[in-house]
Amino acid sequence: MPRSLPKIDVATLTAFGCIVVLLLVGTVAKPGLLSVGYIVQQLLVASFLGTIATGEMIVILMGQIDLSIPWTIGMGGMMATGATGIFGHALGVALAIPFGVACGVVVGLVNGLGVAWLRAPSMIFTLGMNAVAQGLMVWHTGGFAPQDRATGLMIALAGGQLIPGVPNPLLVWIALGAATVYLLTRTRLGRYIYAIGNRERAVFLSGVDSRRVVLIGFMLSGACAAAGGVLLAGWANRSYQAMGDPYLLPVIAAIVLGGTNVLGGRGTYLGTIAGVILITLLQSILSVLQPQDYFARIGINLPADVFRQVVFGLVIIVMMMLYGREKRTR
Amino acid sequence: MADAKPGPLLRVEAVTKHYGGVRALENVQFACRSGSIHALLGENGAGKSTLIKVLSGVVQPDGGRIFLGGEPVGFASPKAAADAGISCIFQELSLLPDLSVADNICIADRPRRFGRIDRAAERRRAEAMLALIGGDDIHPAAPVGGLPLSRQQLVEIAKALARRPKVLILDEATSALTAADVERVFALLKRLRTEGMAIIYISHRMHEIAELADECTVFRNGRYVETFAAGTRSDEAIVEMMIGREYSSAFPPRGGTIREGAPALAVRKLSWAGVLKDVSLDVRPGEVVGLGGLDGQGQREFQLALFGALIGVSGEIEIGGKRAKIKSPRQAKSSALGLALIPEDRKNEGLMLPMTVRENLSFAALDAVSGFGRIDRKAEGELIDDVVRRLAIKSDGLDGPVAALSGGNQQKVVIGKWLMTKPRIVLLNDPTRGIDVGTKQEIYQLLRRLAEQGTAILFYSTDYDELIGCCDRVAVFYDGTITQVLEGAALTDHNLVGAALNLNAGTNGSHGPREATP
Amino acid sequence: MNTTHDRAARAGRRSGNWRYWFAAQRGVLIAAAIFIVMFAVYGAAQPMGLSVDVVNTAANKGALLALVAMAQTLPVLTGGLDLSVGMIFMLANCLASTIVTGNAGMTALGIVGVLAAGLACGLVNGLIVVYGRLQPLIATLATSAIYFGIALALRPQPGGDINGDFADGMTRSTLGVPSSVLLIVAALVFVWIPYRNSTLGRAAYAVGSSEPAAYMSGVPIARAKLCAYTLAGLFAALGGLLLTCITFSGEARAALGGEYTLNSIAALVIGGTSLFGGVGGAVGSVFGAFVMRTVGDLLIVFNINPVLQPLFVGVVLLFAVSLGSLRLLRVRNKLDLYR
Repeated sequence: MPRSLPKIDVATLTAFGCIVVLLLVGTVAKPGLLSVGYIVQQLLVASFLGTIATGEMIVILMGQIDLSIPWTIGMGGMMATGATGIFGHALGVALAIPFGVACGVVVGLVNGLGVAWLRAPSMIFTLGMNAVAQGLMVWHTGGFAPQDRATGLMIALAGGQLIPGVPNPLLVWIALGAATVYLLTRTRLGRYIYAIGNRERAVFLSGVDSRRVVLIGFMLSGACAAAGGVLLAGWANRSYQAMGDPYLLPVIAAIVLGGTNVLGGRGTYLGTIAGVILITLLQSILSVLQPQDYFARIGINLPADVFRQVVFGLVIIVMMMLYGREKRTR
Repeated sequence: MADAKPGPLLRVEAVTKHYGGVRALENVQFACRSGSIHALLGENGAGKSTLIKVLSGVVQPDGGRIFLGGEPVGFASPKAAADAGISCIFQELSLLPDLSVADNICIADRPRRFGRIDRAAERRRAEAMLALIGGDDIHPAAPVGGLPLSRQQLVEIAKALARRPKVLILDEATSALTAADVERVFALLKRLRTEGMAIIYISHRMHEIAELADECTVFRNGRYVETFAAGTRSDEAIVEMMIGREYSSAFPPRGGTIREGAPALAVRKLSWAGVLKDVSLDVRPGEVVGLGGLDGQGQREFQLALFGALIGVSGEIEIGGKRAKIKSPRQAKSSALGLALIPEDRKNEGLMLPMTVRENLSFAALDAVSGFGRIDRKAEGELIDDVVRRLAIKSDGLDGPVAALSGGNQQKVVIGKWLMTKPRIVLLNDPTRGIDVGTKQEIYQLLRRLAEQGTAILFYSTDYDELIGCCDRVAVFYDGTITQVLEGAALTDHNLVGAALNLNAGTNGSHGPREATP
Repeated sequence: MNTTHDRAARAGRRSGNWRYWFAAQRGVLIAAAIFIVMFAVYGAAQPMGLSVDVVNTAANKGALLALVAMAQTLPVLTGGLDLSVGMIFMLANCLASTIVTGNAGMTALGIVGVLAAGLACGLVNGLIVVYGRLQPLIATLATSAIYFGIALALRPQPGGDINGDFADGMTRSTLGVPSSVLLIVAALVFVWIPYRNSTLGRAAYAVGSSEPAAYMSGVPIARAKLCAYTLAGLFAALGGLLLTCITFSGEARAALGGEYTLNSIAALVIGGTSLFGGVGGAVGSVFGAFVMRTVGDLLIVFNINPVLQPLFVGVVLLFAVSLGSLRLLRVRNKLDLYR
């Protein structure tokens, strides 16, 4: 049954509208840009972000937030590449991917226990876990020569194409997305997730154990983040320190731009898809446009990053003004 | 300081307020003289609260005019209304839980010295106000959030009076107060009346209105019906004005539903945290047992304990003859135990407001309509339709947010949610508070039907008429334990009040707490 | 009149006042105690004890985070959040390395300029949150990107300079008292305490405690929030200025700004401010910041690889948060656990 709150339709529509606008702008700036190859390329890049955003969206729907993503991503990638060092060669290669994801699940488990059973504010607890994960990874690589080469399977997963023309990460994202949509719209767990984001007290008094749901939510978030790390490591052929740091803000931005309320209880996965593609396209079109060249011509030398940042911020503000405003207290 | 003007101090003319398609107020008029207490009556949805919100600046009317002291005025915000001399005590308290009592009382009007807030003066003013209304036991530096509800309500009253208003509006302001508090507040209101204050009083309690009001105005469905001097209309006539239809007997007939045999619920010496002390009670299938007594004597906590929401409960509970240790609402709800709790705060404890009516209705019973976690939409839909029919919930908003329903319909959704779990024991925590007369009737009928089907019902209410009308027996709580159980001929207003105040009224039929059958 | 009764009642009231004040300050006192213990251990383990230099270095490092934590405290009190404090800090650093140079007059103007920039950034945040009615998390996420972009535009490459005398004065100790500590104290005494005792400051607590109730009570919500976010920008800019004094350069490092933002949130939680608003204050946040900084110093003392600092900061944080969960042991009504 569609969640028929008009606000969300507006958000998703606006996000998709902006995607169209961006594509038009890109085509005008660089004719011939809009090829199938380009679109596939963008969807590939979006898959990494999308995979990670899936788990975070579930956590945000419950009215919580997971700030341990950066180093869970790192952990996923580094543990996957380092599996051979821990399990020996044969076992390590086979277990690399599941081990990497499992580490993320463990991080999520601790987060979930802290938030659901210790009733700690998720912002602080996941912040602490992020630091702990960072410390653990630094310790792990500081001890001996870091095993940071990606296994063959990881490389195939990130770079190969099981279905000709469709990059594997995209398949991963599609599968994950389909599973998530099913979870959110057709299962008991999905109902509970939305309800907890709305009013956990009423969930408790309805005889539902919200703690288990919160725990599962954080474990999913950890798993998705770690899976993103595994994919990234496969794509780059190696894992590296702080590989997850650039992803926290774009993930949250993508979820929010897709119409999910940051306080929980409202949002659709379709919106998150739109948000992820929007953010990806934004980065891409900006690098196509190369605004720093225009500024250089009038004598102001600015790094490309300046525009990426400023436009990123402005786009979020403008889009949220369109459909993300709080109600008046009248 | 009686107002010399002959006309009304506050007058409202042709005021209209719409919320989307809903007509909250349609062309209403209202006038209130200084030096008088004017009662405003009407069901929920009649427009009383909306008028109050307009007068206190919380919402803006779509049309019409307001006159204060003969001058036309408009209030863009609560601050503007307060500055103009209108002070309102809201049903949902406007207190800031983390701030102290003194901070709350003086929040709109800080005593200042050299631009800084003068805390000593604040405290003195707070002490003075509290003494005025009889709240001497409240410490001005105490954080408001830690006070019991009755004290909080007194602080709210003190806050409204601190601004020395010309017009004082009370919206169900005494609902949580103890009887002694209420008496003092009434005495204060009467004194303020002689000093010339205009007081608007909203309450569902007829006896309060009978005692206080000089004039009464009735609203119905957002429209003005009539204004009359207090005492010139009978209670039935007033209720008929409020609901606009023939007012038949309030309660369905009692009795005849109790099943013999083992009690559905047997409680022995239940104690908790010094709030509940050795409570013992039996409820048989088909029996409606009321919990009476003054507010805050442990009735709510008793029900929470039965529902598994409390930690550290000692004593024995037997459900259907079997010993049970109820550790969580999840366990209480299970088919082995079959308990259901209708909580007192439907907006925060009973419903998920932005979710649809359907989703709220099926929420507690999702286990029954899902396999392997997947929800069977068809089965769910059938259960929902069944409940909607049985409770006559307005069916044209089922896919919209439950927040859009009226209070009465929202309460029906909460009850419907629990009916879907097919409970054997239903606990109700003041279910008809703030609900219109029509829906109350429906709820009484429903309880009757449930009793006929053999459900055991534990019914906590602060309304004596309800307790007498619906219950086979009433266990009166005092200071955390059951001091008297009234039934039959002894179940009267008089005895209920007496038992609530723990006066040993020895009229026939009443007796001490029922001894546990060994 | 019953004067003895009155006197007794007043005495009872006064003791009650102290009791309540104590209860309200519990978070700050705990944070202060933890800091003192940690710092004592640190000092005791120093080969030369607590020399002026040691104290000075520790104070300078701690003051940076303390200022950013003070900045974060104000919006959090109103029930909001400011994810851009770290970037305002960076922006101020880069700006200071450009304009706080030259003779005394120019330097003074430069300082004013930096602080004004901080105020402006804070004001923009406030305007977006209040009049744009965007969620603070999102609004400040967006503005943090913009402020970082501006910082990067000011200093594409690390560099710049600052007036040597000024920087020196800000970073050394006089008679054993570090100037940075004086700066913090001055910020508390001349900005925070007057703010807290003003109408807008009290209004900020009210808004964080319950915004609907605050509205019904006629509290100036919009002005309170605007003031909170604007002052936050001021404190963050002060921090950036101090950073320039320490490093004698400006650098736009996204990682550093993000780290300061997140650490400021941690610091204020350790210092007793509630993330839900309405409870806490800047004094606690200062102690919380110093606690976090001292953790790093303690690691060096115990010969633990400083690269592991995040691990220990994380553990300290988790520990501090879990301490808060001890109150759960006293909970008798499960409803208190759920919002």
